[in-house]
Amino acid sequence: MAQYLFLTLAALSILAALGMVFSRNPVHSVLFLIFTFFCIAGQYILLNAQFLAVVHIIVYAGAIMVLFLFVLMLLNLNKDTEPQKSTIWRITAGIASGMLLVTLVGALRGGIQVSIPENTNDQVGLVENLGKVLFTDFVVPFEIAGILFLAAMVGAVLVGKRDLKA
Amino acid sequence: MTALLLFSLGIIIEKATLILVLFLVTLGVAAYATYGERKIAAFFQDRLGPSNAGPWGLLQPIADGVKMFTKEDFIPNQSERWIYILAPGAFIFVALMASAVIPWGTTLTLGGLNWNLQVADVNIGILYVVGLASLGVYGIMLGGWSSNNKFSLYGAIRASSQMISYELAMGLSLIAIVMLSGSLSLRTIIEQQADVWNVVYQPLGFILFLTCSLAECNRAPFDMAECETELIGGYHTEYSSMKLGFFLFAEYINMFISCTVISCLYFGGYYFPGLDPNWLGGLMGPIILLSKSFFFIFVFMWIRWTLPRFRYDQLMHLGWKSLIPLAILNMLLTGAGILFFDK
Repeated sequence: MAQYLFLTLAALSILAALGMVFSRNPVHSVLFLIFTFFCIAGQYILLNAQFLAVVHIIVYAGAIMVLFLFVLMLLNLNKDTEPQKSTIWRITAGIASGMLLVTLVGALRGGIQVSIPENTNDQVGLVENLGKVLFTDFVVPFEIAGILFLAAMVGAVLVGKRDLKA
Repeated sequence: MTALLLFSLGIIIEKATLILVLFLVTLGVAAYATYGERKIAAFFQDRLGPSNAGPWGLLQPIADGVKMFTKEDFIPNQSERWIYILAPGAFIFVALMASAVIPWGTTLTLGGLNWNLQVADVNIGILYVVGLASLGVYGIMLGGWSSNNKFSLYGAIRASSQMISYELAMGLSLIAIVMLSGSLSLRTIIEQQADVWNVVYQPLGFILFLTCSLAECNRAPFDMAECETELIGGYHTEYSSMKLGFFLFAEYINMFISCTVISCLYFGGYYFPGLDPNWLGGLMGPIILLSKSFFFIFVFMWIRWTLPRFRYDQLMHLGWKSLIPLAILNMLLTGAGILFFDK
């Protein structure tokens, strides 16, 4: 059962991701990306990580993609306004990204032989356990991430106030 | 093996029945909330309200439904056709999904069987509700944008920036509740209020949450999204027929769900002093919760027909410069209270 669900979700998320890359209309791209996020959240639920799944939805689908959509709507990007690249640019971009792909595949080949640990404890993704682990074993990275967020917030406020002279 | 199969089949039937009943109840409440709104508005403005369809105009929602379905369904020529069709569906779908994690009562004994009155007791229940609230904005944004009408777009942009802003204060006031109860599950949060309701410990948090719910539901005095005097009809200007009906209906569903969530978080859910939610074979729990919810729906309407609409910059100032600092203060006070009084 879980196997079939995993395969369905994986196929759907890959299809949606491809749809995001290939659609010409940026709003359609955003919608495909949101669908991809939902599929990934489904994978988290299959791994018993409900908290991660719902936070993934709130943060990515509920906040970040809304802002993306917001900007796209304000700019009203359409097919007409999209700058048309000439053929030489397209060929150059194709070659460059193809070479990047070859490099990545070469670098990763044989590298991913980490044995996936058997999920011994299916309660590990629940929010109580996650909180305990975050505040004991990983408290330093957690606090550093918190300071980083604080700095980002202060920076955002400052950027927003820039023309007010102090 | 057969026993296991029968067991899982039983669960599927139980859940499916519960979902169907919830679906019908939600739609019924939403339909009659429109009637209630018009009657209450009429009362506040000293008129009669709907009175012709059936006794006291009680059949008015049905007449409205028939009207919505039989009107011409018009799709603007320059619209993004598929997104235009998708938007109202997405909006009402998200609105209907939230009732899944709400515990409507303890257990209902009916026909010798015990029915668990909650579709899914996930241990992140309240985050699920917040997540759906944050997804609700897509229906409005996509509807407003795909209509290809500048007033719709303005309405959509206003609605979404308002919802994003008020989500923050809403989440921050929720954190105080989570700190008090130590759980994200709505069932646990209610069980801890059997004696004392959370509103006693969280008066400020309740006011913040109520204000943010009004803004999230796009209700007056925060109904910037459909400010008729400036924006014709707001994000659903171009919509007609049942697509418009979906938008309007989903707003009433949202109002019903947020009133129920407020009752669960701050007013003890299915508990009421002197009443046992297990009476009447467990039917007393849903009756208590629905009564509380209806009371808050009335409060929402009361506010709508009493207060004038905010101006847009006032709305943003209120959200960012008053509600969010107050919510953070509330969080600090709650933390200090838990630390010193060991509640």
